Amino acid sequence: MAKILAVDDSASMRGMVAFTLRGAGHEVTEAENGQLALDAAGGSAFDLVLADVNMPVMDGISMVRALRAKPEYKGVPILMLTTESHTEKKMEGKAAGATGWLVKPFDPEQLLATVKRVLG
Amino acid sequence: MATVDLSQFHQTFFEESREGLDAMEAALLALDSGSTDHELVHTIFRAAHSIKGGAATFGFADMAAFTHVAESLLEEVRSERRAVDAGLIDLLLRSLDCLRGMLDRTSHGQPAADAGSEALRAELAQLVAGATAPVAAKASVAAATGWAIRFVALPHLLQTGNDPLRVFNELQALGRLEVLRAFVTESAPADFAMLDPGQCHLGWELRLHGAVARADLDAVFDWLDGDCELAIAPLAAAPVEAVVATPVPVAAATPAAETPAPAREATAASSAGHADGGSIRVGIDKVDALIDMMGELVITQSMLSDIGEHFDLSQLERLREGLAQLERNTRELQDSVMRIRMLPIGSVFNRFPRLVRDLERKLGKQVRLELHGEHTELDKTVLEKIGDPMVHLVRNAIDHGLEMPEQRRAAGKPETGTLTLDAHHEGSNIIVRISDDGAGLNHERIRAKAVERGLVSAAQPLSDDEVAELIFQPGFSTAAQATDLSGRGVGMDVVRRNVRDLGGSVGVKSVAGQGSVFTIALPLTLAIIDGLVTTVGAERYIVPLISIVESLRLPADAVRRTAGGGEVFRFRDEYLPVIRLHHAFGCADAVTAIERGIVVVVEDGGQRVGLLVDELVGQQQAVIKSLEKHYQQVQGVSGATIVSDGSVALIVDVGGVVRLGRRSKAA
Repeated sequence: MAKILAVDDSASMRGMVAFTLRGAGHEVTEAENGQLALDAAGGSAFDLVLADVNMPVMDGISMVRALRAKPEYKGVPILMLTTESHTEKKMEGKAAGATGWLVKPFDPEQLLATVKRVLG
Repeated sequence: MATVDLSQFHQTFFEESREGLDAMEAALLALDSGSTDHELVHTIFRAAHSIKGGAATFGFADMAAFTHVAESLLEEVRSERRAVDAGLIDLLLRSLDCLRGMLDRTSHGQPAADAGSEALRAELAQLVAGATAPVAAKASVAAATGWAIRFVALPHLLQTGNDPLRVFNELQALGRLEVLRAFVTESAPADFAMLDPGQCHLGWELRLHGAVARADLDAVFDWLDGDCELAIAPLAAAPVEAVVATPVPVAAATPAAETPAPAREATAASSAGHADGGSIRVGIDKVDALIDMMGELVITQSMLSDIGEHFDLSQLERLREGLAQLERNTRELQDSVMRIRMLPIGSVFNRFPRLVRDLERKLGKQVRLELHGEHTELDKTVLEKIGDPMVHLVRNAIDHGLEMPEQRRAAGKPETGTLTLDAHHEGSNIIVRISDDGAGLNHERIRAKAVERGLVSAAQPLSDDEVAELIFQPGFSTAAQATDLSGRGVGMDVVRRNVRDLGGSVGVKSVAGQGSVFTIALPLTLAIIDGLVTTVGAERYIVPLISIVESLRLPADAVRRTAGGGEVFRFRDEYLPVIRLHHAFGCADAVTAIERGIVVVVEDGGQRVGLLVDELVGQQQAVIKSLEKHYQQVQGVSGATIVSDGSVALIVDVGGVVRLGRRSKAA
């Protein structure tokens, strides 16, 4: 099963994502903000990164940009978890190098379906 | 697919939302006091945003709807389309209060929205420019029998983590996919050796057969906007035109995910039964310290059992060492465990900027609030209960203590008064001080009021401190005119009672024209006290060390009888009543002759009495067990504990006993 990095400053959201993915057999590492996610990504290789957009210290968009600058994260799927329903924010994420997004609120089934969509 | 029970995350959501609202409030107040730091706006936005996301995810639709409009308003502020003014801050503060209420109701399983929140939501929505009514998704049911698709990957497509293969798989899931042509794009290098495997130079002409909705088709390509050139036309229409990068209408792809599910409401309500279980967030360092201690305890334990297995007298020294180590471990473990319940007082202090701001507006006074020692830690229970008395003292300080700007100017003071909250450790106590640089207590008026209330006689000489003490008497209110803040029948006596219930004390020092200082002394924890074990007959009583002034043996003739039948003795220039514990608690076989027992002088709230016990056994830390919970409330006893020999000892409630003594003194 896949190694997934879940990044969100909200403990409840992060908990829900991690719990759901673990339940589906994935190995999940949690990070509270973009900076901590980068630290985690430096130490181990992930198959998928799920990241919130609005976070303190380092937001999701800067995190994507920094991850994409690492050669080992060039083609790794990164999905933004966003409540932004308008297009600009999604496009900003895309421009930074995100693979796609999952719009909040999502339920565990939607999350798993999306993860399956990327991981195949 | 296994369903995930989301209710397990509700408590975390409530807690982080409350924290978010606190952060939001602090940021709003900072903005209000003139700060232009843009990060503050981000903090406020982020808090609203997180609450909205969480509320929607966990099915709290009312809260999600409310935060949605608040967020829209904040988005305008963030993108500098709306200026921050006092009116906006007021509105946002009100919204924040409303959200707190909604959170509380939700966590208690009640409907979050009420008339107030609905009215406020309407007010917010009205303010949001061009109210963001959700754009109705266009009916996009395909009339066609299929779609012609030209899909050309841009070279960087793979680097965004996307994969054309996924697109084909998903298209195939929608209908029958026919590949008309696959081709290499012009972006490909002429020399194969130059080809970078991380780049994609392929394009496809596809046909998707079947009654596929355009929205479903768009959803397949939604993540690829900007990563490919895409042209989609209904089949049987004109052949695909020149390739233009068509912006994919993403909006059409999302409504499915955004459907607010009213069905989830039921889940939220049913799971709210176990709503506020009361949890505590503990720093990792504290838990680590605990595990560390535990490790040492295990080592000590194995060392002792090793000694015990083949014990002979030659090992006595090792046994002593082991026991000493066990004692040290136990004490450290106890400290670590106690620290888990300790939280910084900052969480209580944080309410005050808002309160002060509101009072300033209401009373037309100018107040500068200073906070010191926010990091001082207090037991969680104490922390939860100290808020109300502090609010009362702060209200009083601003309402009665600080003068109006013109009065201050006339008195040669700066127009803005200063209110200082300060917390620090002092021995095994936490001292919280609330000081103002206002007019100080009006001794004349207090005295007059006390006489009028019959608390003292007009002729009685009273020192300033004694006059100040009068304000803590039940039923005393100093406000000449009851404002709507004080004078609600809740006086300083209630403050003192609340603090006493926490095992603390409160006192006041005041200098006319310079201000007043209210000092609250609180025990570090409510669960454990340092006590002096005494015997009375066959019983053991523990007197809290903190209230002991001195223990002494009195000669028989040192005690005099008063007219009312009470006993008093002279102690450092004052006469103190003697309370015979054996008499107060009805113990048999106790020492009755004063000269054969010990008198323990105790103090509570400035009042002293002497307690007569048989003898002193020693000091011990006592873990307090509530009597009320196991038996019933007993006058003069605050709880019970188990002493080292396994028997039960009662803990003397010094305040209660002193009050008992004062009554016998008055009699």
